[in-house]
Amino acid sequence: MKKHLQRELEKLKKRILSLGGMAEESVRMAIQAFETRDGDLAMKIIDSDREIDEAEVEMEEECLKILALHQPFAIDLRFINAVIKINNDLERVGDEAVNIAERVANIAGKPPVEVPFEYNVMAEKSEAMLKSSLDALVNLDADLAYKVCLLDDEVDEINRDIYDKVKAAIQEQPERVGYLINLLLISRHLERIADHATNIAEEVIYMVEGEISRHRNDMFKPDDA
Amino acid sequence: MQDSLKMSTVDLDFYYGNFHALHGVTIDFYENQVTALIGPSGCGKSTLLRCLNRMNDLIPYTRVEGKVCLDGEEIYEPDVDVVALRRNVGMVFQKPNPFPKTIFENVAYGLRVNGIKDKAFLADRVETTLKQAALWDEVKDRLHDSALDLSGGQQQRLCIARAMAVEPEVLLMDEPASALDPIATQKIEELIRELKKRYTIIIVTHNMQQAARVSDITAFFYLGEIIEVDKTETLFTRPKLKQTSDYITGRFG
Repeated sequence: MKKHLQRELEKLKKRILSLGGMAEESVRMAIQAFETRDGDLAMKIIDSDREIDEAEVEMEEECLKILALHQPFAIDLRFINAVIKINNDLERVGDEAVNIAERVANIAGKPPVEVPFEYNVMAEKSEAMLKSSLDALVNLDADLAYKVCLLDDEVDEINRDIYDKVKAAIQEQPERVGYLINLLLISRHLERIADHATNIAEEVIYMVEGEISRHRNDMFKPDDA
Repeated sequence: MQDSLKMSTVDLDFYYGNFHALHGVTIDFYENQVTALIGPSGCGKSTLLRCLNRMNDLIPYTRVEGKVCLDGEEIYEPDVDVVALRRNVGMVFQKPNPFPKTIFENVAYGLRVNGIKDKAFLADRVETTLKQAALWDEVKDRLHDSALDLSGGQQQRLCIARAMAVEPEVLLMDEPASALDPIATQKIEELIRELKKRYTIIIVTHNMQQAARVSDITAFFYLGEIIEVDKTETLFTRPKLKQTSDYITGRFG
């Protein structure tokens, strides 16, 4: 019976990684659509989100089934708990990619506003955080997960910086306020993607170490010693 | 509320002839707590249980080394009254084993053996004990029927009542629900939670979910040694040792 549980857990791991791959792909396409102001690609992202949503529902049902049938303990229990939460985060990552795509669709046909935003850096960091958080999940790598948590502060900082720059740009070009608000929202969505990656990393830490690191800011600061 | 120490073993070794069944077992049992002993068959958990009320004395060629204390008094001292000890440390077994007597006489038995003859007192104590064992409502109209006519679950609750009638302070339970269906099991588990308000309970179980549900503290045994003892919720969610984790997740062996 326990061997059966191990097989079920292996299957679950494959499925969550596959969902992670879908969410990563959506984010990658959303960033590309933004960089190239590609309205068609944006629509494709919006259409494909349904697959992520369906996979999320199936994953949750699978987790509940395993809990009911096998009543797992210890690392197995923590793994399923992590999958349930990570599943939710990945679905939200998909939604954030859709949100970016919708903003891109909004601005695609319009003349661009050139502003010195660090979008590339922010997008790269958010994408890298998502990838690392999933790698940490695959390899049960708490150290890598801690690194993801540290990176979140950098993305937050860029988001704040973009807010200031958009505010200044709106004052300079009030006629482009609609376009600029779309840019601000894209920054916000990228920042949310980084937040979800952080949540995933925190779940990996709990799964591996058995300690809940969420809401414990002190854990992410380097040692004074 | 500070839980106080009720029983403890210190460096307890136990031998069946040449077989060394318990190795230096040191563990504390606290009042109003349920302690579950888990581990694979033959790991010594039932042996430990039987050491706690000297039931192993009845098995020939056995030997005990180390200390077992009840309220700080060593129970293996030569002057200990073993009958009184077993009155204080009652036991419930895996299979319900009511005496082939009436329901009433099963519960009254221990009291009669202790010389109590007052009928009103006996009737009162039988009623109180059956209520504590959550059996009274089901048997109050047939107290003088044979105990063997009861269902398995009822028989087990009767055996718990029989153990409680002499007012022990510690209840030892050796897989008390393993022969019962899920509904009877649930009743026994509810009863255990209720009884811990008055007793110190030590339970051996092979059912890990049951240990998780009913106990406050869980001790994992392997090859006659205690591997890990912790709060039940900690042991089943994040055990410290890999050996414990491997056992409770079924990766063992």
